[in-house]
Amino acid sequence: MIRRYLLALLLSAASLAHAADKLKSGTFDPPRMAPQIAQKAADGKDFSLDKFRGKVVVLEFGYTSCADVCPVSLALLKQAREKLGAMGDRMQVVFVTVDPQRDTAPKLKAYLEQFDKSFVGLTGSDEQMAAIRKAYGISATKKMVDGSKTEYTMGHSSYLYFIDPQGRLRALMPFGRPADDIVHDVTLLAKGQ
Amino acid sequence: MKRRLAVIAWLLAAAVAGALAWAAFAPIRSASHDALFEIPKGTWARRMAGEKAEILPDTITLVLGVNDVLLLRNSDTVPQIFGPVLIMPGQDFRLPFEQAGEHPFACTAHASGQMTVVVKPTPPAGLQRLQWRLQSLLSRAPWRD
Repeated sequence: MIRRYLLALLLSAASLAHAADKLKSGTFDPPRMAPQIAQKAADGKDFSLDKFRGKVVVLEFGYTSCADVCPVSLALLKQAREKLGAMGDRMQVVFVTVDPQRDTAPKLKAYLEQFDKSFVGLTGSDEQMAAIRKAYGISATKKMVDGSKTEYTMGHSSYLYFIDPQGRLRALMPFGRPADDIVHDVTLLAKGQ
Repeated sequence: MKRRLAVIAWLLAAAVAGALAWAAFAPIRSASHDALFEIPKGTWARRMAGEKAEILPDTITLVLGVNDVLLLRNSDTVPQIFGPVLIMPGQDFRLPFEQAGEHPFACTAHASGQMTVVVKPTPPAGLQRLQWRLQSLLSRAPWRD
């Protein structure tokens, strides 16, 4: 009888430990290789996603004029990077603009530097950016501001996309999760989970 | 005879009361937290042929601590977009929820292109848990509204 209780206790402890090791993001099974992105970054350097193998890449799709979602996510990513401490270098944030017409390279670079100088920005021609969105299944819709002929907002995905050190698209985190959740998932992915 | 019947009635009443008390206060345990939705093979072809292929419900209701993981399985032969998620053929996407609330999603697997996931809090011990257990008994897949 005691053995049975001990076994049950061990099993429940094991299942708790297993639950603690799960990613908090939405996950893909089986994961596929993240579509390659290769172009000039906002800082003028050549960017190639596969150069970041060995790191956890967090992709965010957004635009610099975004009032509510993008600044919050970028601030959370900065916080997460700080909380990771020495492991912060294992996380690379890549911000992909969905508004290349307004987000010129200098504007995007200056915007990201307000959050963290290590964040990489990507902008380019409409076609280049549309190709990236298509590969990741992202849609972005332009919506004119009421009463204006020039001002607009962009509807876009607010999820964070996690690419593991092997270059696989592993997980998506919904908008608004705390920095601790990002730290949790980046840590697990960096450790090869 | 009358006394024996009275004893049986008392025993039955006690058993029912015990069962109700258990249903109202016992912690909720679930073998799996997954609420599975599968996009079957041929969905896209059927839709292209003009057929109305409603696979996913308009609303999915999940309960925290019970079935709080949305599991989407794409068994079709083409990629499917669920909100911001591109799910490749043969791929699963598991999305855990940790907070109650309403989450609207765009979804190409749905004819209307829209779906809402409602996440409810864990039913608290008492009447609400009892009601939830009774409701779950009557419904085979309680997350399908």
